[in-house]
Amino acid sequence: MGKVILEVNHLKTKYVTRFHEDVYAVDDVSLTIEEGKSLGIAGESGCGKSTLALSLIGYYFAPLHYMSGDIIIDGVKISAMKPNDVRRKILGNEVAYIPQAAMNALNPTMKIIRFIEDVMKAHGIKMSKKEVYDMAKERFADLGLPEEVLEKHAVELSGGMKQRTVIAISTILSPKVLIADEPSSALDVTSQKMVIRMMRELMEKGYIKSMIFITHELPLLYNVTDDIMVMYAGQIVERGTAQQMVFDPVHPYSKGLMGSIIVPESGVREHKLTAIPGTPPNLKNPPKGCRFAERCPYATPTCSAMAPDMKEFEEGRTYRCLMSVRKLREVYENGAEPELSTEFD
Amino acid sequence: MEQNRNSVQNSTDRKPCLTGRGVTKVFGVGNKSMTAVDHVDFDFNEGEFVSIVGESGSGKTTLSKMLLGLISVTEGEIEFQGRKRDISTGAKRKEYWKNIQPIFQDPFSSYNIFYKIDAVLDDCLNMRGYRKAPKEEKDRMKEEACRFVNLKYSELTNKYPFELSGGQMQRLMIARIFLLKPKILMADEPTSMIDACSRATILDMLLKLRDEVNMTVIFITHDIGLAYYISDKVYIMEHGKFVESGPAETVILNPTADYTKRLISDVPKIYEKWDLDTVARDK
Amino acid sequence: MKNTIKQVFHSGKFLVGFYIFLFVLLLCIIYPLIVTYDPLEMVGSGNFYKPGTYISQQEAALDDGYIMNMDASEGKLALALGEDELAKIEEYLTKYAGITADQIDKSNLEAMVELWKSNYDPELKAKGLTSAKRKSYRRLDSELMDALNSSDVIIAKEDPESGELEEVKKIKGTNFVNTKDVVNKRTFVLGTDNFGRDVLTELVAATKVSLRIGLVAGLIATAIGLILGLVAGYVGGLVDNLIMFLTNLFTVIPSFIILILISYSVGTSARGVMMVAFIIGVTSWPWTTRSVRSQVISLRNRDHVNLSKLSGHSMARIIFTDILPYIASYVVMAMILQISSGILAEAQLSMIGLGPATTKVATLGLMMNWAMQYAAHLNGSWWAYFPVVIVIALISFSLNLMNTGLDQVFNPQLRD
Repeated sequence: MGKVILEVNHLKTKYVTRFHEDVYAVDDVSLTIEEGKSLGIAGESGCGKSTLALSLIGYYFAPLHYMSGDIIIDGVKISAMKPNDVRRKILGNEVAYIPQAAMNALNPTMKIIRFIEDVMKAHGIKMSKKEVYDMAKERFADLGLPEEVLEKHAVELSGGMKQRTVIAISTILSPKVLIADEPSSALDVTSQKMVIRMMRELMEKGYIKSMIFITHELPLLYNVTDDIMVMYAGQIVERGTAQQMVFDPVHPYSKGLMGSIIVPESGVREHKLTAIPGTPPNLKNPPKGCRFAERCPYATPTCSAMAPDMKEFEEGRTYRCLMSVRKLREVYENGAEPELSTEFD
Repeated sequence: MEQNRNSVQNSTDRKPCLTGRGVTKVFGVGNKSMTAVDHVDFDFNEGEFVSIVGESGSGKTTLSKMLLGLISVTEGEIEFQGRKRDISTGAKRKEYWKNIQPIFQDPFSSYNIFYKIDAVLDDCLNMRGYRKAPKEEKDRMKEEACRFVNLKYSELTNKYPFELSGGQMQRLMIARIFLLKPKILMADEPTSMIDACSRATILDMLLKLRDEVNMTVIFITHDIGLAYYISDKVYIMEHGKFVESGPAETVILNPTADYTKRLISDVPKIYEKWDLDTVARDK
Repeated sequence: MKNTIKQVFHSGKFLVGFYIFLFVLLLCIIYPLIVTYDPLEMVGSGNFYKPGTYISQQEAALDDGYIMNMDASEGKLALALGEDELAKIEEYLTKYAGITADQIDKSNLEAMVELWKSNYDPELKAKGLTSAKRKSYRRLDSELMDALNSSDVIIAKEDPESGELEEVKKIKGTNFVNTKDVVNKRTFVLGTDNFGRDVLTELVAATKVSLRIGLVAGLIATAIGLILGLVAGYVGGLVDNLIMFLTNLFTVIPSFIILILISYSVGTSARGVMMVAFIIGVTSWPWTTRSVRSQVISLRNRDHVNLSKLSGHSMARIIFTDILPYIASYVVMAMILQISSGILAEAQLSMIGLGPATTKVATLGLMMNWAMQYAAHLNGSWWAYFPVVIVIALISFSLNLMNTGLDQVFNPQLRD
């Protein structure tokens, strides 16, 4: 087991709407990432994965509010720090965050090199312009970005190039964790592949020590990250390695999600896509019991009354369901409805 | 879904439904003109599930709008059921629109938020000449349409669009098509704004429409995997041109055009290894 | 819909604007019910009477009255010796009478008067004492003596036959009258204007007329702008180009100049209140047209409009059911601004003498115009123009505030 870079324990955060209603978008999330590992977070729109990303970097500015839990990055408990201190000391140095529209954040009147000079200045690093340029040049070359980009303006770059440039700039200080929230979803497939490749290079060359990749595209996660977590209605419902999660999901929701994957490969046409009826619960007042109970094909009355906890059932594999893994696997195999006297553990 | 697949194979003896020769759309004039669709030929047969695959800016939506008759064709000919398509007057357009209907990408912008959803279904009945039909019969037909898409009419009636989820809205759009029973359904990325879990339901319904009504479904998408999964025939579009077309199996599993090859290799895989090194470094 | 209205009334800015406007509106409705005088009745026969209550002098003099143990002379002295008079006395005493500054105590009025009485010499000739100055000192002296004169005043009546004066009443310094006993009186809260008309009553009537002008002008401008914008935006092509050409033409020529030209060419006789409203309306539509057009263009390509088209609906129906409701909130906002600018335009036009050519009604602009022509701003009659300015500012402030509030509710980008 490697050194733990990021540790999150029972994190709870909420949104407060204009009408002063609370939306519990992240509820009881625990996770750990070791050095050199990457973690994928998958889920449907509105499941709280983007909120989780903001919560992890300690960006608690209205309407997002911290409620409870710990976030520890390499021994530093950032959940105990003031949001403004986190922004000044942690962001960029320890954690880098890349949202989907990151490429639109580049001020079109500034040359790319100026952003890098800005980053240095903002973090109090004393370097001459020449030194900054040389360092940036080296880093860009290492990541496969042409040197000319440094002297260009954002408008002269294509969408994919802009996104890769932003990633290169935000990791210029070699942070310990990179949190990327749908970094390639707005791009065409070729640019997406280049972004993915660059993120992998960042990991391989040690510019970042670990990575959290958030997306709703499962085939992408399968190819990018070591582990995958599935999120539903503000909670983590299952975690395992990418291979395990795609080919052997345990939680009924993960099962449904993995069954909806479509890729252009032979044999796919013969698969039957799974569909989960219904809609996710409203997070303004989440259900008392299991949050998936309402849509779960195997739910029993107990499920709507009792909230399951995360349980580890194999080395590194956890899930959140009242039913036992053995029973679930049996049900999937036979394709049969479970009997009402479902065995719980 | 199995029986859907069987009907795919013997598609050669199908009657042509919508064909186009040299269809072109140019926006603007002079130096500022931009060719969105550039001399494309196509043959969509009756009862066929056809996908048009292209990335953003490839001109696929422009082509769909031309086929729908929402924008004019700059050059080329479109034939509908073997005869030249004539939509020169309002009445002729109205007649043509009885045969072709769309489902759009964004269910949230497909509804007039100021009217209850009943208005959408009533419009369909009026269009099919049931304006003066007794209320019971209208209700029965609306109920049937909702049942087709697994919705309960009694729960939907008197509701406003914003009270529905995206998946429900899109299903209601399919119910609308079910009521209208056009010859051609133009589905422009109908699942791209829907969650993966609801996507399968929508796709199933489209296939059911094709099978029950013998509808020609033109499915426009950027997702080559989805096109492969669902369609009989695939057209790959790049910069306003079709670079490759043919049965889905052939085009996706044995692509010949460079663009198709690149597109397929750039999509993440699950069963095979996804080779990250085959990507061009500078773009 | 209900929810939207609820949201609108949750917006602080809108509410403040709404309450101010409601206050002005209620004032216009309720005030005339209580004060039923003709607003344009020329009550005073001179210019610019100060704000206050005016009671009949004759009635007050002949009233039985009350005896009060109060010396009226002190009050009279204080009234007669203002800042200016004291300064004048001081000047005379120090310059011509040889009194030093430390002997003068301005706070002790009686001592000042004594000093004046003992030192003032009406025949004094000194260097720098011009005849104008001498006359002004004489005037001051007689005023002072009048104020000090506390001897009884006798009211006499002339016998029509003999022509002799017959004493009717003797009024002592301690005689007082209760204003309630005086029947003939009139309160001018804001004084009178140059024609001797009660400013407050006139102001309320003028506000009513100005609001009506603003409303009519706003309605006309919004209607024209809405129709042209809808047609230009939805039909597009040549029609759009034509309408936009016209709109741009109106935009590049300052609309106020067009306003002046039309207003002038219509002629004095035809320039009634409604005519002015109409002129303002037909010159201020370009702004609405442009914004409606751009809204319609972005709506035109929305899927629900395409769907409506494909359902075989007519253009008119699509415009009315699929486009108009979406821009309705926007149009209401635009109209609020048009009303506000209509009121301001009327005031501007009237100020330069091109407003309604009528003496039958008052408008806010006309009141300003009259006040200016009779130099109210030069002779210190603030009450003739300042309240008008306040009312104009209040109306336009409240309308703009309401507009901003609505904008925050309807424009999601401005939400916090």
